[in-house]
Amino acid sequence: MVDFTLWDILRNLLLAARWTIVLSLIAFIGGGVMGLVLLVLRLGRNRFADMVIGGYVQLFQGTPLLMQLFLLYFGIALFGVDTSPWVAACMALTLYTSAYLTEIWRGCVEAVPRGQWEASASLALSFGQQLSHIILPQALKIAVPPTVGFLVQVIKGTALASVIGFVELTKAGGMIANATYEPLLVYGFVALIYFAICFPISLVAGSLERKLHVGQR
Amino acid sequence: MRIALDFWPVLVQWPLLLEGAAWTLGLTAIATLLGSGIGIACAWARAKGPRPLRWAAGVYVELIRNTPFIVQLFFIFFGLPAAGIKLTPLTASILAMTINLGAYATEIIRAGIVATPRGQIEAGESLALSRVQIFFHVVLPPALKRVWPALVSQIIIVMLGSAVCGQISMEELSHAANLIQSRNFRAFEAYILATLVYLGLAVLVRRLLNWVGPRFVFGGRGGA
Repeated sequence: MVDFTLWDILRNLLLAARWTIVLSLIAFIGGGVMGLVLLVLRLGRNRFADMVIGGYVQLFQGTPLLMQLFLLYFGIALFGVDTSPWVAACMALTLYTSAYLTEIWRGCVEAVPRGQWEASASLALSFGQQLSHIILPQALKIAVPPTVGFLVQVIKGTALASVIGFVELTKAGGMIANATYEPLLVYGFVALIYFAICFPISLVAGSLERKLHVGQR
Repeated sequence: MRIALDFWPVLVQWPLLLEGAAWTLGLTAIATLLGSGIGIACAWARAKGPRPLRWAAGVYVELIRNTPFIVQLFFIFFGLPAAGIKLTPLTASILAMTINLGAYATEIIRAGIVATPRGQIEAGESLALSRVQIFFHVVLPPALKRVWPALVSQIIIVMLGSAVCGQISMEELSHAANLIQSRNFRAFEAYILATLVYLGLAVLVRRLLNWVGPRFVFGGRGGA
């Protein structure tokens, strides 16, 4: 029988929290890139692309993340590819993140006054030039606070990867709780570590939000 | 290579899916009622309560909003028995969903309360309404009306999040899918169907709440 000291529990949880952070970053960066591509496709005034991407967003926002994880985990296996929880979790969270971010950013682009599009069109700028020089720089300013806020949701979402066997903070917590018979203590620590990661990000998002609206008071 | 999808073995088990969907809806309904109650109480505490209450409600909201639902659920179901509080999967699921929704509802409803024009409260005071009457008849109904869309979205997020309750053997929709795939090994098909049912439930609940809100929650006498 191995005895776990308090420090052993905490140290192992903190080590596992690395994977929570790595998974969050992969999902956030991958989802960000994919979300940007989807956003540009959607702004291209192509009816079909707009409909398909709208459906994609609806699909990911209207179904549980847990089901998305299961579907990818079992779905990739159908193609005869040997999946690891790693690959399935990264893919599912990336797709999930891209659906939310593209929708958040679309709202930000729509908040840019219509006249900006028209003015830049009247200067004979191409669609790409309009986006990169006129629209996106203005939309970016509004987009930062909700994007940072969404990062918290991604980090919390990675906890679900534990269900398909990805060993991150929540899964490690479950394993340590089973080994130590101290579930209250261990899950308490797990919650506190998530809180320590997410709360500062929430605070930053909140203060960015307030700074943005400071002119409107 | 060819991928053979066969939905029939899953479709035959439709009563399980139906039962699971009913549990998911039931859990959501109870959590919505209780969670909104907590949300209203804590929103009052945060916006108008005395300082210690304001602080306590703030800690509750931030603690819940910055930790994953699955950890809250596991803490309640696996952690609390160590402290002598034993819960069935059903009560643990309801408790976790209620506490979770309550925290988000607090912030949402508070935003609605804070946006109340000062004159409305003064008008209530000039009619000699008590503070309690002003809160329930003057402030709350228009506040709920203002934030109703956000509240409905949050209720749906909590419903989708309840898929995790299957992990503590609560027999809701995702658990039904899991049970079906363990019987016939059609995992992908079972989860696809369950996911589609979730999608349908999300649409249904949104429609239902958008219908219920103006008629029973903030309509009639208090409505602005």
